[in-house]
Amino acid sequence: MLGSCLGVLFDGVAYGSLLFLISVGLSVTMGLMNFVNLAHGAFAMLGGYLCVALMSRVGMPFLWTLPVVFLAVAVIGAALERTLYRRLYKANHLDQVLFSIGLTFMAVAAATYVWGPNQQPVRLPDFLRGQMHVGGVDLGVYRLFLVGLVILITLSLHLLMTKTRFGAHIRASVDNQAAAAGLGIHVDKVFVLTFALGTGLAGVGGAVGIDVLGLDPTFPIKYMVYFLLVVAIGGAGSIKGSVLAALVLGIFDVAGKYYVPEIGAFIIYGLMLVLLVFFPSGLYGKKA
Amino acid sequence: MMARPISAPAGQPAGKAVAAPSSLPERSLLPADRWSVREVAFWIIPPLCYFAFPGYLMLGSQILIAGLFALSLDLIMGYAGIVSLGHAAFFGTGAYTAGLLASHGWSEPLSGLLLGSAAAAVVSLPVSLLVVRGQDLGRLIVTLGIGMLFFEAANKAAMITVGVDGLSGMEVGRLFGLFAFDLVGRTAYLYSFSVLFLLFLACRRLVHSPFGLSLRGIKESGKRMASLGVPVQRRLTTIFIISAALAGAAGALLAQTTQFVGLDSLSFSRSAELLIMLVLGGTGRLYGALIGATLFLLAQDVLASLDPVYWQFWLGLMLVVVVLYARGGVLGGFELLALRLRRGR
Amino acid sequence: MKRILIGLAVLLASVLPAKADTALKIGLVAPFSGPFADYGKQMDAGIKAYLHQHGDSVAGRKIEVIIKDTTGPSPEIAKRLAQELVVRDQVDFLAGFGLTPEALAVADVATQAKKPMIVMNAASSVVTTKSPYIVRFSMALPQVVAPLAGWAAKNGIKKVFTLVSDYAPGIDSETAFKKALTEAGGEVVDQVRVPLRNPEFAPYIQRIKDSQPQAVFVFVPAGEQGIAFMKGFQERGLAAVGIKVIATGDITDDHVLDVMGEVAAGMITSFHYSAAHDSAENKAFLKAYDEANGGQGRANFMAVAAYDGIGAICQVAEKLHGQIDGDKAIEILRTMKFVSPRGPIAIDPDTRDIIQTVYIRRVEKIGDHYFNIEFDQFANIKDPGK
Repeated sequence: MLGSCLGVLFDGVAYGSLLFLISVGLSVTMGLMNFVNLAHGAFAMLGGYLCVALMSRVGMPFLWTLPVVFLAVAVIGAALERTLYRRLYKANHLDQVLFSIGLTFMAVAAATYVWGPNQQPVRLPDFLRGQMHVGGVDLGVYRLFLVGLVILITLSLHLLMTKTRFGAHIRASVDNQAAAAGLGIHVDKVFVLTFALGTGLAGVGGAVGIDVLGLDPTFPIKYMVYFLLVVAIGGAGSIKGSVLAALVLGIFDVAGKYYVPEIGAFIIYGLMLVLLVFFPSGLYGKKA
Repeated sequence: MMARPISAPAGQPAGKAVAAPSSLPERSLLPADRWSVREVAFWIIPPLCYFAFPGYLMLGSQILIAGLFALSLDLIMGYAGIVSLGHAAFFGTGAYTAGLLASHGWSEPLSGLLLGSAAAAVVSLPVSLLVVRGQDLGRLIVTLGIGMLFFEAANKAAMITVGVDGLSGMEVGRLFGLFAFDLVGRTAYLYSFSVLFLLFLACRRLVHSPFGLSLRGIKESGKRMASLGVPVQRRLTTIFIISAALAGAAGALLAQTTQFVGLDSLSFSRSAELLIMLVLGGTGRLYGALIGATLFLLAQDVLASLDPVYWQFWLGLMLVVVVLYARGGVLGGFELLALRLRRGR
Repeated sequence: MKRILIGLAVLLASVLPAKADTALKIGLVAPFSGPFADYGKQMDAGIKAYLHQHGDSVAGRKIEVIIKDTTGPSPEIAKRLAQELVVRDQVDFLAGFGLTPEALAVADVATQAKKPMIVMNAASSVVTTKSPYIVRFSMALPQVVAPLAGWAAKNGIKKVFTLVSDYAPGIDSETAFKKALTEAGGEVVDQVRVPLRNPEFAPYIQRIKDSQPQAVFVFVPAGEQGIAFMKGFQERGLAAVGIKVIATGDITDDHVLDVMGEVAAGMITSFHYSAAHDSAENKAFLKAYDEANGGQGRANFMAVAAYDGIGAICQVAEKLHGQIDGDKAIEILRTMKFVSPRGPIAIDPDTRDIIQTVYIRRVEKIGDHYFNIEFDQFANIKDPGK
C-alpha cells in the first residue's frame, strides 16, 4: 500500500516536473511582459518535432538533441519576439489572446502539412527505458531522468535569477518596468533574452515530453489549459510559484486518477477553482 | 432620458447651413438611438436572402444563430470588458435544456427556448461570482476552466446527455402550432431570424441606456466608476447573466432547428471560434458581432470545401493580420475609412 | 444569325442539365480535416479503389461522389451538409459517417427525404435503429467485442481488468465485454474509465499491476491514446509479468500499426478486417487501392467498408436499372450478401446491420512491417447489442 502510494507520488512529481519545464517560460513571459501568450504550447511542439527530425534524419542520439533543440527554438522565439510580439506589448489582453490563438492555428496547420496529422514515433535510447527498483518501489527510469533534468534546470534558473546580473535585471523588470528602465537597464534586451530562454525551455520540454505526452499537431491546443493553469495558480512571473503549482497539479491529477478514477478529470479543474478563489493572483503572484 | 435631437432654431432660413466647427470629428459622441438608414438596410437583407437563396436556408439559420451567440459575447466583451474563453458553457446549457425537453416529450418550441435561456442564466449566477471578481488574466483562465468543466460534466452525465453520441431524434413541435420544422429549413430560418431580431432590439436598447453607458465606463476604468458611486460588481454580474441568457437562447435555437445536441456545443473550439467571429467583425458595436459571424461561417463553408486542412492556417493568419493591422475588425476598418474620407474632403 | 445562335443556346441549355442529371450522385459525409481527417480520407480511398477496379459508371449512369467535410465531431454541420446534399445536389445516396454522432444527426434527414444512408464507419449499436433507411457496412462495436470475451474464456483467461475511455463507445464496449465474459464463465476483476483526452496513463497502469489480472481489456481511441497506453504498459513491466493485452482491432488499425511499431507486438485483438487477410478478394482490393491512391499508406477497415458500401450501391443501381427509389433500394440492400475483402458478409434483414466473421489476431512482425495475423475466427456474428 505504501509502495503504491510512493509510486503514485513519484509519478505525480514526474508529471508535474514536465508541466513545469514547459510552463516556466510562459510564467516568466506573462509576468515580465504582461503578454498572454497562448501560443506557448506551439514552441514546445516545435521542440518536439525538431527532436524527432534530428533523431530520424540526422541520426543524432536523443540526449544530444536536447541542447540543439533548446538553441534552435530559442533563436526562433527571439526572432518572433522582435518582429511580431513586441508590437503588441501595449495592446490589451484580448488582442494578445487572439494574436496568439492565430499563431497557434498557423503552427498546428503547418505541422499537419509538414509532418501529417498522426502521432510521431520516438525511440528512446535503451538506457532510459524500463524500471528501476529503488527502496521497495518500482520507478520508471525515464521518469527519473525527467525529474533529474528538471531539478538541474530549476537549480540553474535559480542561480541565474539570484546570482547573475542578468537575473537581477529580469527581476527588476518584472517588479517595475519603468523604474528598471529608468535605472538604465536595457528592458528591450531583457525581454528578448527572457522570451528566448522561456521558449527554448518549452522546446526542451516538448522534446523530453514526447514519450509521456505524445506528439501530434494538436499538441498546443490540447495542453494549453494545463500550461495556463500552472501559470494562473502559481502566479505569473514567479518561478517558485510555477514549481509549486506544477507539482501540486501533477500530484493531484495523478493521485486523483489512481484513487478516484470516476472523477479523475474534474480534480484538476476543481482544484483550479478552489485555488483561484483563495489566491486570485496565484500562489506567489503579484497583487494588482 | 435620452436627449432628443434639437431641431434647427426657428429664425434660421431653410437652406442656410449653420457653420460647423471644423476640427471636431463628425461622428456623434452622444449615443444616438435613432435608426440610421444603414441599419434599416442591414435588417432588410436577411428577409431578402430568404427569397433569394432558398437552397441555403439551413446555412442561413446557423449564421443567424451564431450571430446571436456572438451578440451575447459582445455584451460582456465589447461593452463590459470581460474576455471569456468559455462562453460555450452557456450556449451548451441552453442547447441541452431545450434538447432534453424535446426528447422527453415537451415539444413546444417557444417555451423550450425560454426555459433554455433561463437555465443558462441560472447556471451563470455562481460562475459570475468567480468571473466578475477576478483580474484580467486570472479571469480569462477561470472562464477557460469553467468551459472545460462544463464539457467534462456533460460527458460524465452521459446517462442524461447521451455524451459523445449526442441527443438526437427529438420531436420539435410546430411553431405556434402551425409551422413545422421542415427539411429545407424555411421555418428554422424565419424562427431564428425573428428571435435574433427581437433580442437584438433589446440589446440595442440596453447598450444605449444609462446602464449600457455605465458598462462602457467600467470597461475603461472600474476604479473610476466605483468612485463615481456606480455599483461595479452588480452591474458586471447583471450583464454577465443577461449575456448568458442570450447565449442559452442561441443554444436552444440550434437544438430546436437541427433537432440535435452534441458535446461540441460545449467545446473549447466553439468558444474560441466565437471569439474570433466577434473580433473579426469588431467588438463593442453589436453589428460587428453579426457581421463577424456571417463572414466567418460563409468563409468556413466556402474555404473548407476547397481546402479543408488549410482552412485553419488561413484563419490563423487572418487573425494575426487583423490584430496587427486591423484592430477593430471589419467595422473598425470601415469606420477608419469613413473618417479618413471625411477628413480628406 | 441571331436566331440561330439563340436557338443553339436554347438547345444546349436544355440538353446540358439533362446530361448532368443522369449522373448517379453519392454524397460522402465524413471528417476530412481535423483530428479525424484520416477517416474521410480512407473512405474516399476505398471508393476510389472500387471505381478503379470496376469502372466509374453503372446502369448507364456515371458515378459522382460529392465530398462534404464535417471537420470533426460536429454533428450539426453533418446534418446541414446532408440536408444540402439532398435538397440542393439531389443525391441518390447518402454515405460515409465516420463518427456515431454524425450518423445519428443525419438519420432524420434520410428518413424525411427517403434516401438510403450507407454507414461506412460509425459503430455504435444504436445507429441502425435511428432510421429505416440506414444500412451499415462497417461493424457494430458489441459485434466485435463479444467474440473476444468468448475466445479469452475458452483459452483460460478468466480474470480480466477492463480499461476504457470515458465516452459512449468506450462504455458500450465495456458493457458488452463484461456481459460476454461473465456469460462465458469469466470475471471482470476491476474496471476503470479514463478521461477521453487523458495524457497520463501511469496511475491507471499502476492500478492494473496492483490487481494482478490475467489480461487487460482496453478500449481507447486509436492513435495517440493507444500508443501511450501500450508504452506505459510495457515500461511498467506488465508484459513481463505475463499480463496480456486484449482489445478490439481499431487500436491496432492497419493504418497506424507501423507507427505503433514494437510496442504493439504480441497484442491480441478481435476485428472484422486485417490487411493481412489471405483471400483473392483482399489481394485484388489491396492492389486496386494502391493503384488508385499511390502513397496513401496501408488500407484499413474504413477503406474496406467504403469499398463494400459503394459496391452495394452499384449492385442496387444495376438491379433498379439506374432508377433509384429509396424504398426499393432498401429492399434490395436488406437481403444483400457477397464476399468482401474481409471475408463473407451479409446484411441482417431485420436490423439492416452487417453480419460478418470476427477474427482473433495477433500483432506480428513480417519483414519490416507489423501486421495483424489472424489465427482464429467466429463466423456469422450479428450485433448482440440489439
